[in-house]
Amino acid sequence: MSPMPVTWTSQTLSVAGIALPVARAGAGPPVLVLHHDVGTRPRLPFYEALARDFTVLVPSHPGYDGSPRPDWMRSVRDMAVVYQWLLGELEATRELGRLSIVGLGFGGWIAAELATMAPRALHRLVLVGAMGIKPERGEIADQALVSYIDYVRLGFAEGAAFEGVFGAEPATSQLEQWDLNREMTFRIAWKPYMYNPTLPHLLGGIVTPTLVVWGREDRIVPLECGERYAKALRQARLEVLDGTGHFVEMEQPDALARLVAGFAGKE
Amino acid sequence: MHLMYFTEQPMSAYPAEEGRTFGATALMFSNKHFDPVAGSRLYNEYLEHYRLAEEVGFDGIMLNEHHNAPFCMQAKCNVFASILAAMTKRVKIVLLGNPLPLADNPVRLAEELAMIDMVSRGRLVSGFVRGGGQEQLATGVNPAYNRERFEEAHELIVKAWTQTGPFRWEGAHYQHRVVNPWALPLQKPHPRVWIPGVLSKETIIWAARKRYPYIALSTAIDATKKIWELYDQVAAETGYAGGPEYRGYLQRCHVAETEEKALENARQFMWMQGEFTGLAHPVWSSPSGYFSPSYRTAFVEYAVGRRSNPRGAAFEDQLRDQQIVAGTPRTVIPKLRRLLEETRPSILGFWASDGFVKNEDARTCIRLLGQEVLPALREMGKELGLWSPFEANAPVSLAFPEPARSPVTS
Repeated sequence: MSPMPVTWTSQTLSVAGIALPVARAGAGPPVLVLHHDVGTRPRLPFYEALARDFTVLVPSHPGYDGSPRPDWMRSVRDMAVVYQWLLGELEATRELGRLSIVGLGFGGWIAAELATMAPRALHRLVLVGAMGIKPERGEIADQALVSYIDYVRLGFAEGAAFEGVFGAEPATSQLEQWDLNREMTFRIAWKPYMYNPTLPHLLGGIVTPTLVVWGREDRIVPLECGERYAKALRQARLEVLDGTGHFVEMEQPDALARLVAGFAGKE
Repeated sequence: MHLMYFTEQPMSAYPAEEGRTFGATALMFSNKHFDPVAGSRLYNEYLEHYRLAEEVGFDGIMLNEHHNAPFCMQAKCNVFASILAAMTKRVKIVLLGNPLPLADNPVRLAEELAMIDMVSRGRLVSGFVRGGGQEQLATGVNPAYNRERFEEAHELIVKAWTQTGPFRWEGAHYQHRVVNPWALPLQKPHPRVWIPGVLSKETIIWAARKRYPYIALSTAIDATKKIWELYDQVAAETGYAGGPEYRGYLQRCHVAETEEKALENARQFMWMQGEFTGLAHPVWSSPSGYFSPSYRTAFVEYAVGRRSNPRGAAFEDQLRDQQIVAGTPRTVIPKLRRLLEETRPSILGFWASDGFVKNEDARTCIRLLGQEVLPALREMGKELGLWSPFEANAPVSLAFPEPARSPVTS
């Protein structure tokens, strides 16, 4: 199968006083992709691979990348509520039971919070290396102690994969964007860092079938957190991918896209 | 002039080689290298230095605090301020200062400071700081709200000092059901507030808008002049004239019996490779959200090693720029005159010794400063019209235009 060229469009919606940019590509059932704490490149092979089977929607989180900072926002749960609001504004996501969400890392935490608020609203949920749960044995890596480059590199199993996406020496503009994104992360997830102690108690209400995906070499969020997600959710399966770290969508875009297509493809 | 003695209280008994091996002497440099036996000895030596400083004629003792690093043993400046309140008789106790954002309960700070002011019979100068970048990490405080917390905590403390309670405080970062501390400062309207700083324009502007003196921390003379240009401009916009009573400077200045000895000891100012706050990973000293957005480009490049440390000048350069002054009293006095003539501060702190300077040498330095340097500076101060806030009866702040006074003096 030769991939069709993917056409991207973008629209900006006003939600909770924030002008929220949402990129869109492909056709088919809707999939909302929630990006990492480090933000996202506007185009990634993973998004394009998904766009073959789905209508892919990639917003910039409020305060990240192209999206203005909401000074009032104080928690990841606030962010999840903003996304609940957004889903009602977008025609593609308005219909209950049709939308699937793929949450990547920090975006996985947002997705889990969002799902607890409307436990029957989603078609499928895919959590990839999701933050949000406190590990009992290890720790979620603290980006406050390492440079932007070192943190992102930590999320890759292979340095070559990092360089393939960002180059060996990311430009200053990229560093500035990482700094802005990090600042927004601190604003809403500083303490406790990268988890919500009440979330595990609420996950059991979610009836949406969930696929929990983890990179075997995730050095940012311990695999143990994936096991805990899979246990706390009613209908969840854990899939561990070898040869990838935290940024599964950048290290193994096709493998992840296939998993999502297989799991969320049929309505 | 108001002439103060200052030491960082260096933890000079730590194994320096371990710090070099680890590559940092701050935040994550393990406290397994901290020796409490040596710590106990050093704290008591520093207390004796303060006692000597009062004896030889300093007007004030400047205290500060830092965390997780050997360059400064004071983890809480109010502890030493409390001791000095009882131990000394005459000197002002100048806190530069309490790092407000680190406080989760500013009302407790207001209480502690009021207690220090009362015990010292009205000798407190209560400076406030934002705390260094790595201080936020050491205390688990969100760097992204650093300035907001600084400003709100300041408002709350001044209100707790000056308005009778009980009142309620519902702020963005602090909420207090009942603010009604039964400990109020002796000085009215409240102890003087001085604001030290080194880098952030925002802090200079904030201090000038409040009409608080600003204390430049060991900046080069040209940089110091720029600070006063900005301060005076904001003062004029705010409706008053800036001038010496709003200007302070912290001078690294070591004196000894001989030039050679003074220079050798002054090299200890570089003991943390010239870093004020220990040799740090640049990411720790500039956590995201801590610095002004106008410095973002510089700091992201510094954080990944693409830009050199903005404060990392060599020893010889710092001598040339007079950020460090060293010599016998006879040779340092003309250098200090140049500082006074060119930048016109009325508050001058002497950061006298650092690092591994021997106790005996540190004491000699304090004695020589007191006996030979301070009298010369006082004469210069009069000649140049450098009246301190106390001498000038300057207002405590824009909000409280009357000078601070204590109801009792004995």
